[in-house]
Amino acid sequence: MKAWKGAIGVVAAAVAAGLLVGGVAEAQNEQFVPRLVYRTGPYAPNGIPFADGYADYLDLVNARDRGVGGVKITYEECETAYNNDKGVECYERLKHKGPTGASWVDPLSTGISYALLERTAADKIPLIMMGYGRADASYGPVFPYAFTYPATYWAGADAIIQYVGSQEGGLDKLKGKKIALVYHDSAYGKEPIATLEKLSQRYGYQFSKFAVAHPGLEQKATWLEIRRLRPNWVLMWGWGVMNSTAVKEAAAIGYPMTHFVGIWWSASEPDVEPAGAAGKGYKAANITGVGAKFPVIQDILKYVYGKGGGHATKAKVGEVLYDRGVVNAIYDTEALRIAQARYGKKPLTGEQIQWGFEHLNLTAGRIKQLGAAGLVTPIHVTCTDHEGGGDVKIQQWDGHHWKTITDWIKPHRRMLWEMYKASALAYAKEKGITPRDCSKVEAAAK
Amino acid sequence: MHFLYTVLIDPFVQIAGDPRFFVEVLTGGLLTGVMYSLVALGFVIIYKASRVFNFAQGTMVLFAALMLVGQMEMGAPAWLALGTTCGVMVGLAFAVERLVLRPMVNQSEIILFMATLGISFFLEGLGQLMWGGDVHTLELGIPSGPLTLGGILVNKLDLVGAAVAGLLVTALALFFRWTSVGRVLRAVADDHQAALSVGVPLKVVWVIVWTMAGLVALVAGIMWGSSLGVQFSLSLVALKALPVLILGGFTSVPGAIVGGLIVGATEKVGEVFWGPALGGAVENWFAYLLALIFLLFRPQGLFGERIIERV
Repeated sequence: MKAWKGAIGVVAAAVAAGLLVGGVAEAQNEQFVPRLVYRTGPYAPNGIPFADGYADYLDLVNARDRGVGGVKITYEECETAYNNDKGVECYERLKHKGPTGASWVDPLSTGISYALLERTAADKIPLIMMGYGRADASYGPVFPYAFTYPATYWAGADAIIQYVGSQEGGLDKLKGKKIALVYHDSAYGKEPIATLEKLSQRYGYQFSKFAVAHPGLEQKATWLEIRRLRPNWVLMWGWGVMNSTAVKEAAAIGYPMTHFVGIWWSASEPDVEPAGAAGKGYKAANITGVGAKFPVIQDILKYVYGKGGGHATKAKVGEVLYDRGVVNAIYDTEALRIAQARYGKKPLTGEQIQWGFEHLNLTAGRIKQLGAAGLVTPIHVTCTDHEGGGDVKIQQWDGHHWKTITDWIKPHRRMLWEMYKASALAYAKEKGITPRDCSKVEAAAK
Repeated sequence: MHFLYTVLIDPFVQIAGDPRFFVEVLTGGLLTGVMYSLVALGFVIIYKASRVFNFAQGTMVLFAALMLVGQMEMGAPAWLALGTTCGVMVGLAFAVERLVLRPMVNQSEIILFMATLGISFFLEGLGQLMWGGDVHTLELGIPSGPLTLGGILVNKLDLVGAAVAGLLVTALALFFRWTSVGRVLRAVADDHQAALSVGVPLKVVWVIVWTMAGLVALVAGIMWGSSLGVQFSLSLVALKALPVLILGGFTSVPGAIVGGLIVGATEKVGEVFWGPALGGAVENWFAYLLALIFLLFRPQGLFGERIIERV
């Protein structure tokens, strides 16, 4: 009897040990992604769809492709509520998780990304600021671990002015026109001012700016001033409740919606739906396509939602911020794939994946393979250029849905690049950073 | 020198040069101020009767609006959703009295204030758990859109808000002055101990004032929700009510209205005529600056009770 008990004990221990070893081995073949999200608080309507889109794409990659290069992507969400201090806390909590630590971090907040800029560089973890954050971080020699693809706010401002010019009959027709900027009174909202001022000198339009105090619940004074000024075009750099309030106030003073253009963070469904019919005709720039028609989105519906998964409700799949979350995840996982080609199909460190980001060449052909043609703009990131030269589209709210109304617009990168470089070098001087020599970095990599 | 000119001279030159625009800004500010007053009233009702500064009032505005719009989105007719929401706010008042206030009898005011902080977080979480974090559009048929009166542009919704606030203040003033419950509330506000000694049931009083504050929050939620959509930012309107309370006094219902008018008018006029010289986006701190100046000279606010404590 005693012998039997002993034998059973040995077998049980062996099974348990086997399971444990198997589990550990599986865990060892995982790539961990920390997810700084905001699903609560005043900015939740914008944070939720983005977080859902991002997570759903990672789930798709795991379900359909068995991860990237056979390495499963794992992730853990941490709630920042769009607070800088909580963002830093989340980053510190998650940066050592997984077999190789955090792969990269996407905070979806200009404020949090400012707070993480130096930490991520010190920890050698790529900081991804897809269409937000410091525009001058596009200059790779000074910011090796910060990435701003596919376009910065400065590029967004330039693209919008190009669009406005096309509507006026050419950029030369902007001379004498009045263009006003309504902006969130924060680091984010102030980002396009220098570019718009520079462009006003180049094209001769009269530029006026109106700051809106956080959170932007009340803007009556601003819009009465705009009514008095009678600008030909109004641009907006808003976020959260500021956007919907601005659209309503613009309608209240009778401003034509077709001459009101927001940046891509003023371009989602929650920004216009509260305004109801008054928001019809409002326009906004975007760095992605819109809708659920793209094959990659259909794959998410098939492989993730079709099997009972998915973070959003099906009706939300294809909304602007959901799609942007998907696109952000596409860029990130493609960088991982590129890094794996160099370092092997195994869990990689942030430092190794940074190499992938610096060699992220997402061509139209590859985008088509990914089922994202029209959804994702091609980019080519290098050691020097962390923006990657992405393009911008203009979309319009028809009262029910956003519709893309232009093809991709190419921002004038030559002018912008000089601005990025000058600003980044000033930052480097202030912080005592010696810029990298990218030719040496590339040579060493070969 | 240029700065002094832009602050001390230029605004007045602008006002004199375009008085119609000044009146338009002033009118817009006054109407906005009335909307702030709607939120401030809830604070006043609770503070007046219990000396509790209810930090959760802003969240109650959000919670009430969420309850209403959530039911309407599920297909409930507006009248039914309105009735149910009123019921929920009454239930909330009972729950707050039974679960939060009663166990804290005889605790200091700061402890009760901290408790309301907890209520605020709880309600915000509960609201999101029940109705999600999306923006909800509230359509109750309240007129909105621009209207020109004598060359002055106003928003119809703001006019309705002003009318609602006026009715609410009148109703509350009549209630406090002419009903027996109102007299009880005033007695408690004057002296808790004396009121208790003559048999005024404090628990009932608390339920009544929290119910009233809940219903005022519902009205504020409807007006603000119709304007902005029902979203979590609504709870931030409480920040706008604080300078109103400091100006008008924490214990005065008419003070909440007058305070709202002053704050609304000052911040809008300040933003438009002094904002450019001060870097713009001044309206938030402008209201607090004004409140601070009032605090220095009249700590009890315009209509608040002067508290004299002898040691």
